[in-house]
Amino acid sequence: MKIDLEKLTIKKVHNALLKKEFSVRELVESYLAEIEKKNPKLNAYLEIFGDFLEQARHSQEIFDQGKATILTGIPLAIKDNILIKGHRASAASKILEGYVAPYDATVIKKLKEVGAIFLGRTNMDEFAMGSSTENSAYGVTKNPNDGTRVAGGSSGGSAAAVAAELALAALGSDTGGSIRQPTAFCGIVGLKPTYGAVSRSGLMAMGSSLDQIGPLAKTVEDAEIIFNIIRDQDSIDSTTITEKTYSKSVLSASQRAEPKKFVIGVPRDFLGEGVAPEVLENFETSLKKLEQTGMEIRDIELPNIKYSLSAYYIIMPAEISSNLARFDGVKFGAKISGNNLLEDYLKTRGQLFGKEARRRIILGTYVLSAGYYDAYYNKAISVRKMIADDLKKIFDSGVNAIATPTTPTPAFKIGEKINDPLQMYLADIFTVTANIAGIPAISVPSGFAINSGKKLPLGFQLQASWGREDILFEIGKKFEKI
Amino acid sequence: MIYVNDEGNDGEWYDLGMLKLEEIDKLAKLARLEILVEEKEILRKEVGEILEYVGQIQKLSPKEPPKEAGIIRNVFREDKNPHQTGEFTDVLLANAPEKIDSYIKVKKIL
Repeated sequence: MKIDLEKLTIKKVHNALLKKEFSVRELVESYLAEIEKKNPKLNAYLEIFGDFLEQARHSQEIFDQGKATILTGIPLAIKDNILIKGHRASAASKILEGYVAPYDATVIKKLKEVGAIFLGRTNMDEFAMGSSTENSAYGVTKNPNDGTRVAGGSSGGSAAAVAAELALAALGSDTGGSIRQPTAFCGIVGLKPTYGAVSRSGLMAMGSSLDQIGPLAKTVEDAEIIFNIIRDQDSIDSTTITEKTYSKSVLSASQRAEPKKFVIGVPRDFLGEGVAPEVLENFETSLKKLEQTGMEIRDIELPNIKYSLSAYYIIMPAEISSNLARFDGVKFGAKISGNNLLEDYLKTRGQLFGKEARRRIILGTYVLSAGYYDAYYNKAISVRKMIADDLKKIFDSGVNAIATPTTPTPAFKIGEKINDPLQMYLADIFTVTANIAGIPAISVPSGFAINSGKKLPLGFQLQASWGREDILFEIGKKFEKI
Repeated sequence: MIYVNDEGNDGEWYDLGMLKLEEIDKLAKLARLEILVEEKEILRKEVGEILEYVGQIQKLSPKEPPKEAGIIRNVFREDKNPHQTGEFTDVLLANAPEKIDSYIKVKKIL
């Protein structure tokens, strides 16, 4: 039986499975046929799990028992830094070659409980460090819209898989834009939840104060459905929040209020330099569309937002240099042996971490070292607080969401920025703010830039106050319809 | 190039952003990374450029924001109901590159 994968959404699949229009197995096999056809070129998946038929059987049983819920039988792709018990997980790094996850990440546990299906693990930049998946030890993921361009990163494999109909939706992780940037480049929806909304247990840590797991999907509604299943307080992630965390003490009355008319803030000063003209044009068109639905577009000033990227590229490598200390060739993964224990460490880490990982470890070690700690790390922490304060003021003033383009350019060429790390980092200019401040942000497809006859997707980013994903979903759904 | 000091305008100025090769050596040693000779110069240049860019936060002299406890608090659980000894040993040890019985094997430390 032939299922038209392009038209599917989670709700449509759920209804079709309820009505027995097709079985879970037929659905899964349709995706696998697409994967076989397209994955060799795209390199979105690193591995297709061998137990997919078993998973399909289990999900079908749930349906047959009449116990199915919205995500039962939904085929998902999982980023390679999220642990699924008994399956390999490598964070696309050589240093984890042979590593098999000994437990389920909390998000995986939750998805297993409702009978969702994991088709395989997706390619990424090594340990989620990068904006193009070119830092994967297993080759770059290509953009489904143009094979000479990157799919974005670090969750590039997940984004390409969903965009090319190799999964209905996917999970990724976002430390500075790693969900939103690849979804913008591939033309799908990506959500970075409020810091603490989703448990990080079982996600390989990159920047612990910035990381969040989130959904990549074809529609805002699909992203919302997945978010509502994976979000929760978790006793084994002490940074997770409850629905009450941001309800009373922290949010002002206007932040808590249900808006009668949405106010969209636009930080105009921030939108000039380095942004491609076609991106700016598309952004203005998007704003006009929202205005036509009756929303108010308001210019806002965020005086310190221009320092977000600097603060981010200090705090993040500092946390990386600490988090990656655990990979030493002793406890797990691969090992290169030297003449003594110290040489074991030096060789294993020096040879099995990729270039970008080594660069960020050095950078992180520098900003944390005596003499530079105050000038860099401490300063960045102060700036982080200032940016969060600026945002709070804006949300207090009645702005419901802040709009920017998701990325300053459409998907760039493979190889274009790989030898210029600073240029690569600048691709994150609009996305890092949400991670620095811990607020939720969503990227929704907003059209295309035409380049040499190819349609390159663009993304529109909305950021809301802490815990207000609901506003992002509501505006996002309105935006999708126009 | 950006120069800063901690004490306002007085005190000793030091140069941020310009890295020496010896510094790369020192950082690599601290981070337990073996760095190839030919890579050192590239790293010096790249890390130097990144530091120069992120150093722009030096231009900002924030009034040190008051230190306050974050909204997200650490949560401790009661130290009780331990799992059975050895319950996870096999599955965790299975990932160790080298082991003897139920021990991880490492080279001599002292």
